[in-house]
Amino acid sequence: MKLNLKIWRQGGRYKGEFVTYTLDNVNEHMSFLEMLDVLNESLIGKKEEPVAFEHDCREGICGTCSLVIDGRAHGPMQGTTTCQVHMRHYKDGETIVIEPFRAKAFPVIKDLVVDRSAFDRIIQSGGYVSVNTGQAQDANSIPIEKEQASHAFDAAACIGCGACVAACPNASAMLFTSAKISHLALLPQGQVERQRRVISMIARMDAEGFGQCSNVKACEAECPKEISVENIARMNREYLSAVLTSDIA
Amino acid sequence: MDPKLDSKVPVGDMAEKWTHYKGSVPLVAPNNKRRIDVIIIGTGLAGASAAASLGELGYNVKCFTFHDSPRRAHSIAAQGGINAAKNYQNDGDSVYRLFYDTIKGGDYRAREGNVHRLAEVSGSIIDQCVAQGVPFARDYGGLLDNRSFGGTQVSRTFYARGQTGQQLLIGAYQSLSRQVAIGNVKLYNRHEMLDVVVVDGKCRGVIVRNLLTGELERHAGHAVVLATGGYGNVFYLSTNAMMCNTTATWRAHRRGAFFGNPCYTQIHPTCIPVSGDYQSKLTLMSESLRNDGRCWVPKDPADRLKHPTQIPEEARDYYLERRYPAFGNLVPRDIASRAAKIECDNGKGVGSTGLAVYLDFADSIKRLGKETVAARYGNLFEMYQKITGDNPYEVPMRIYPAVHYTMGGLWVDYNLMTTIPGLYACGEANFSDHGANRLGASALMQGLADGYFVLPYTIGSYLSGEIRTGKLSTDLPEFEAAENDVRSRIEKFKSLKGNQSVESFHRRLGKIIWDYCGMARNEAGLKKAIEMVRALREEFWKDAYVPGGSDEFNPELEKAWRVADFIELGELMCIDALNRNESCGGHFREEYQTEEGEALRDDQNYMYVAAWEFKGEGAEPELHKEALEYEVVKVTQRSYK
Repeated sequence: MKLNLKIWRQGGRYKGEFVTYTLDNVNEHMSFLEMLDVLNESLIGKKEEPVAFEHDCREGICGTCSLVIDGRAHGPMQGTTTCQVHMRHYKDGETIVIEPFRAKAFPVIKDLVVDRSAFDRIIQSGGYVSVNTGQAQDANSIPIEKEQASHAFDAAACIGCGACVAACPNASAMLFTSAKISHLALLPQGQVERQRRVISMIARMDAEGFGQCSNVKACEAECPKEISVENIARMNREYLSAVLTSDIA
Repeated sequence: MDPKLDSKVPVGDMAEKWTHYKGSVPLVAPNNKRRIDVIIIGTGLAGASAAASLGELGYNVKCFTFHDSPRRAHSIAAQGGINAAKNYQNDGDSVYRLFYDTIKGGDYRAREGNVHRLAEVSGSIIDQCVAQGVPFARDYGGLLDNRSFGGTQVSRTFYARGQTGQQLLIGAYQSLSRQVAIGNVKLYNRHEMLDVVVVDGKCRGVIVRNLLTGELERHAGHAVVLATGGYGNVFYLSTNAMMCNTTATWRAHRRGAFFGNPCYTQIHPTCIPVSGDYQSKLTLMSESLRNDGRCWVPKDPADRLKHPTQIPEEARDYYLERRYPAFGNLVPRDIASRAAKIECDNGKGVGSTGLAVYLDFADSIKRLGKETVAARYGNLFEMYQKITGDNPYEVPMRIYPAVHYTMGGLWVDYNLMTTIPGLYACGEANFSDHGANRLGASALMQGLADGYFVLPYTIGSYLSGEIRTGKLSTDLPEFEAAENDVRSRIEKFKSLKGNQSVESFHRRLGKIIWDYCGMARNEAGLKKAIEMVRALREEFWKDAYVPGGSDEFNPELEKAWRVADFIELGELMCIDALNRNESCGGHFREEYQTEEGEALRDDQNYMYVAAWEFKGEGAEPELHKEALEYEVVKVTQRSYK
């Protein structure tokens, strides 16, 4: 099939603008990123600069790929990363608009590539259990109720891609941050640092320039791992409880 | 014994070696650790766990990743699980059994001492991960659940749905993040190692490129650890992530680190088949599926294009169950892959390309109910459906083998040190534990064993000799020379103004290696492949085109460097495969097989590790042999019948 691609280009000779490309030979079994590979091969063939975009595992788990496709983070499909979108969902002659994830805390590096290292700094501010290698007790000495472990897993499934930020009108990172806080707050291993963690991670999140949550829930709708906004509610409870009952500043 | 290949395996009883080693290895006192710099390249399971653990011990750690975040490393994509000899299931497991299964699974081509140590520390890995908050699967009693993997008759695999690698990596990443926050580890995202620096015979640092600015940086360390993964992408199409590459290990090889068993590559039996020329990668379907899925092809080649539900039971050949009744669908990967290839070569392959077999869950759904099957494999079924458009609850999956893992890698001794003193290799980057074939759920085990529980001890034995060295300077002529080498190579890429993209060279390389050094190899093919790779290399340096500049973010330049290194490695793989006149594990030479088509080893002549020394560009590499001596396990023909 034939497609028109309206792609955001930024850096080098591009100040920041949409450039339209036409691609003739798109096969319906291609993945979306393979379609961009084909575009780049054709640009390189014409000695033009290829479009920079990020990707790695191409199986929906590493969180490297991004893209806002026709206004939606990771494209049109529910619970799916861009790399798992296939061209069978598009029709011949369609125009597809492709942009980077846009947020103040995710500055554009080039074309469709943005800097998401703010997420690392949020985890560094407390998204862990302080246990040195060798300090652990036998694994089965910490029984965890199956359902509880499953809830913790649901939160821990976050791939850190940043779609929640890109989808949010406030560019809030509440879904990402709350997923980590929930993962650890739901497990016995996370209890000791529970209050310190939520206070510290929220402070870091704010300092990075992410916006606040205004209950739009676009993050949940666009999250490729379908992380629930219940985590945000839990984080808010955790935070309130921590600031009211602890003396951690 | 080759004087350059001292394995340094401690003497004494197998079960006591590691204990004695730990009790006698020289230590570095806490006040001295602060004055020692360790460089770690890579943040996958091995790199992140090593960086976190060494940071906790008090070393000054610098940790580098070419990704935008340490959490992206390809360990994240491992699906099925991690082995550990916990014997929580009371089914007869033990450290010895895990050790034995791994040696046998590797077709008697791994070093016993290393493998026993791996089995010994396996239980501690599970403890550590649970303490970090890794949400492993649990029973209703709240205790940890296990499942079975290929090549074993016990259930020792711990898992976190189909995302075990993700959860383990996030655990290690979180521990690493904690050390970054404390200041024990300095993290460099988007930096790629392009050379190691050797001063007076010791590894003293690295040259890295800042991928955003193109700037070259020199970093000095008393020891350097490569945890940079495997080289499966030499095949172009593999289950590896797109950026997985051999550059760090290959550059170290060129500086003097021997490359061990490069021809040992693992072809994973259950992947989604290739569907077109545009394809960029292959997707794995976890081995755990073989717990409940049955592999079959039609008995009659004429049925191969029929809809699978139209083929009655008696017209199907469940070839693994027929050929290997003791292990059935859970034979090791090399055996399952080869069996699928044989069926397809005999014209029974299904689907339009004829390069696929069925993996059928109908019986399990009948026996367990759809809900139970969904709880075990739901996310894998969804992934399959997204990619193929077929629903595996209703029609059997179509699968075919694909390159997945490389058992070969930098040669290391018992300390995980390469042949360059001070340079270490961990995880998939080294050659050490899996012999000629890795068992399922053992890669995660080895990566974390190396990083959490082996390297933190063994690196001390070297660093205890470095406490008087003092701060290392990056102004030494060796650093300058290495930086100049990197710079001139980058200039060479920039000057390439030919007509073919780097990607197209990679694709062609992959096809050569797959056709001649893939699931089956033979002398004539390998000789031909060596010539073809050499010609490809020449053509690359004449006619490749690399767009963009070197002082900016330029993914095409990164790719060019990696593909050029893959071409060099590809040649060495074929040379190694040609040298090894036997079949073992993932290395199947058609000339050497039993009457039943099984791999036929030659223990008399080939029970050694082939460690190759780089002798200069265009020169023949030199083969060194580390003889494998089996003190405990009785070496026999491997049988899963």
